[in-house]
Amino acid sequence: MSFNNVSKRIEKIKFALLSPEEIRKMSQVRVITPDTYDDDGYPIEKGLMDLHMGVIEPGLKCATCGGRVDECPGHFGHIELAMPVVHIGFVKEIKNMLDSACKSCGRIKLTDEEIETYKKQLSAINYETEDPEIIDLTLKKILDVAAQRVKCPHCGADSPKVILDKPTTFREGGIKITPKEIRERLEKIPDDDLIFYGLNKDAARPEWMVLTVLPVPPIDVRPSITLETGERSEDDLTHKLVDIIRISQRLRESRDNGSPQLIIEDLWDLLQYHITTYFDNQTAGIPPARHRSGRALKTLVQRLKGKEGRFRANLSGKRVNFSSRTVISPEPFLSINEVGIPEIAARELTVPVIINSFNIDKMKEWIKRGTSPRTPDGKYIAGVNYLIRPDGRRIKITDQNAEINSERADIGWTVERQMTEGDIVLFNRQPSLHRMSMMAHTVRVLPGMTFRFNLAVCTPYNADFDGDEMNLHVIQSEEARAEARIIMKVQEQILSPRFGGPIIGAIHDHITALFLLTHNNPLFSEEEFIHITSYLNIDKMPDPVIKDGKKYYHGRDIFSLILPEGINMKFKSHLCAGSKDKCEYENDPEDTYVVITNGKLIHGTIDDEAVGPFSGVIVDRIFRKFGPDAAAKFVDNVTRLAVGFLSFNGFSTGIKDYDIPADAIARIEEISNETIEKIDKLVEAFRAGQLQPMPGRSIEDTLEVEILGETGSVRDESGKIASSYLGLNDPSVIMARSGARAKMLNIAEVAGMVGQQSVRGGRLNRGYANRTLPHFKENDLGAYARGFIKSSYRAGLSPTEYFFHSIGGREGLVDIAVRTSRSGYMQRRLINAFEDLKVDPERRVEDTVGSIVQFKYGEDGIDPTRSDEGKTIDIDYIAYDELGDEQ
Amino acid sequence: MSKFNVLEHEIVPEHHLVPVEEEYKVLKMLNVTKENLPRISINDPAVKALEEIHGKLEPGRIIKIIRKSPTAGYYEYYRVIVKSVI
Ligand SMILES: [Mg+2]
Ligand SMILES: [Zn+2]
Ligand SMILES: [Zn+2]
Repeated sequence: MSFNNVSKRIEKIKFALLSPEEIRKMSQVRVITPDTYDDDGYPIEKGLMDLHMGVIEPGLKCATCGGRVDECPGHFGHIELAMPVVHIGFVKEIKNMLDSACKSCGRIKLTDEEIETYKKQLSAINYETEDPEIIDLTLKKILDVAAQRVKCPHCGADSPKVILDKPTTFREGGIKITPKEIRERLEKIPDDDLIFYGLNKDAARPEWMVLTVLPVPPIDVRPSITLETGERSEDDLTHKLVDIIRISQRLRESRDNGSPQLIIEDLWDLLQYHITTYFDNQTAGIPPARHRSGRALKTLVQRLKGKEGRFRANLSGKRVNFSSRTVISPEPFLSINEVGIPEIAARELTVPVIINSFNIDKMKEWIKRGTSPRTPDGKYIAGVNYLIRPDGRRIKITDQNAEINSERADIGWTVERQMTEGDIVLFNRQPSLHRMSMMAHTVRVLPGMTFRFNLAVCTPYNADFDGDEMNLHVIQSEEARAEARIIMKVQEQILSPRFGGPIIGAIHDHITALFLLTHNNPLFSEEEFIHITSYLNIDKMPDPVIKDGKKYYHGRDIFSLILPEGINMKFKSHLCAGSKDKCEYENDPEDTYVVITNGKLIHGTIDDEAVGPFSGVIVDRIFRKFGPDAAAKFVDNVTRLAVGFLSFNGFSTGIKDYDIPADAIARIEEISNETIEKIDKLVEAFRAGQLQPMPGRSIEDTLEVEILGETGSVRDESGKIASSYLGLNDPSVIMARSGARAKMLNIAEVAGMVGQQSVRGGRLNRGYANRTLPHFKENDLGAYARGFIKSSYRAGLSPTEYFFHSIGGREGLVDIAVRTSRSGYMQRRLINAFEDLKVDPERRVEDTVGSIVQFKYGEDGIDPTRSDEGKTIDIDYIAYDELGDEQ
Repeated sequence: MSKFNVLEHEIVPEHHLVPVEEEYKVLKMLNVTKENLPRISINDPAVKALEEIHGKLEPGRIIKIIRKSPTAGYYEYYRVIVKSVI
């Protein structure tokens, strides 16, 4: 009889206890020998590997059902224990019953009236629908009443308090109650009382919680493995069962030939230990049972519990084939749509191809190549790893059998060929928080051992190259490939559904490069021009400027080479938005306002605002007007142009970026001293009680607010002084003002002053009694004592300042740690709630049964990805694009 | 203390009872069956408040809710009264 294809739908699950009779009834053999195999390697009869419990070796037949290895489902056996033993899983229940039941008559220690009222209360509960916690709580209350009572209301006997000595020893007045006695007491509990202990009288008897018979699981549950040396190694459960049988035997012998009570008790305790650890080897209060090697045994509970347990690792955990994972690194010469994969991965990952009349010749040729073919000049080409016959049999291709199999292969067979350039794959970085965390790329097989991709794609994956790893999945079906190409390719994901703008764009150095290329429209010699544009594929040269008989090219004309024809734009660059005050270039539209007319950059500086992720107005415009292909090409070219520029011009930054003249430093020193004095005066006024409280605040709060205002303005002031000496010829300032990296604030901290440190928006005030550090007097409210940092990073911090800075920095780290775990869980719950909602052709949002969630998607029926930052359409731009400036 | 009417609270959107004669029109406009309409419990405070005006409401009646929407300005939503929402 075969159980392999049993298919049933589970209607309900009922939990019950196995009675000793049931255990014996379902057992196929009583195991009495603590051995497994005889010297010939044949299972010993009535041993732990008895053939009645199933077979794991090919050739043998099950003694119970006659099935072979794959046919026999395995059958239980049993062990008759010499003495009863407490089941570790029911210690809590046993304790409850010993506490609340009468020692001599077995009835629950409640009066008849109490029994009547509580029974009424309990029979009102619907055990199938009520929250188990509430049922537990109700029962606990009732049991507590009974447990508090010493004298039995039924027979008048006294029951002394029972103490549980963890994990399995029960004591009454200091004397141990043996499991045998426990079992006898539990036997006395009448069926009618069971409802008070949360037991169903049709499903369980309390004495079954003390074991007299132990089921032995089928061999299939604890298969032995044969090591390469031919040595047999048994499963941890088998090891444990050997111990149990051995001790049980010795206990039986000692008891039968009248050994001293002490020896019997020791053996009994040992049996209890082995059975406890057989169930749960991490029971608190006893040392875990160990293997000879010292490794703790994995017993029943360990198989199920925790991350590595059956539930989380095997039932909820989903694993896939045709995937790989490795470290990532950047490669600016790849398109944003491509991913570079190492040869070793390309040879392992395969795509199934069904042989038909059109590809049969080609496929036969591929099979003939074997598993690691190369072109004559050593370049990678795809081979074939497996052939699958129409009957499902897999044939592994080796270099020896390639020729024969090539001839054998026919229409209808499937070839599992290796990756080749242009295959489409899914690429993913965890945590996968949004749709752009998993995008489709086309394959480029590259030397090296890492996955590589264009830097513009770092933002959607939130990747950097400090050791990040990513996953790659090879798509196996034609439909999935088509879908991936049409909707998952990187270029289709340039606009984010989160804010309706581009999430892919130039970052860091690439922004710096374009800034330097276009700011103030510099001239480049012909040689420079050729180098800068050498990575681009251009078909016409811009018009040169002739000077002293030599050809020169404008930076803006070079940038215009990569703009598509027909694009018209006008916008403010990041350069202007960067400074708080009136922009120094405000009156100079040439550098502040970017003007693009018919694909030519006329005015302005290209920076983060034009090509960066999140802003990227040019990328955005190209995508909307010319489509994903043009947008991808533009981003690719931006990368290539930037790399071309930087490899010729170079760009570096250093501590000298923050050098400011001595009188500027003196001036900052002066204003910070003034501030410290001001703060001292405020504190004095506060102590003298002259400080006027602000409306709605205490005097203490008023003082803090005033001081924070002072420290804030002095930081801004010093920043202003420092930046007035640092102009756009300063690399750090270029990075900040172009939006490549950092803010002007960070530069002010390095060159000018770090300023007040805070925790939860207030000055530092905790640490020692009434002071932050022992370096200060108690109740010192002055600037230095409460976390004001007068120094700049460049000058260096004093020890106390350094300590305060660390306190301020720690808050940020803690914040991030707390926030990520919380928002991660929140995100997970949202995803699980929304995962099966879909938008129907009428733009309604409905669930899988067709119930409506929204009558119009997003209440306005607009796809945020295609919207203009949430708005349906930008009329002003369309008018400008069509009519130009004369509207 | 006079009884508080939830419908008068600032952040509770407008609730209106759809007359039985008009239910057909509403369902046709939305192109849905009554079973697929979003639900509202008969015990919902807003339904209780409507019962103060219209008298006892039976499960199966349709309620029109007009609420402010950040994307669409105002948005009309419809719910059908049910005995209990699972
Ligand atoms: Mg990283
Ligand atoms: Zn069998
Ligand atoms: Zn009694």
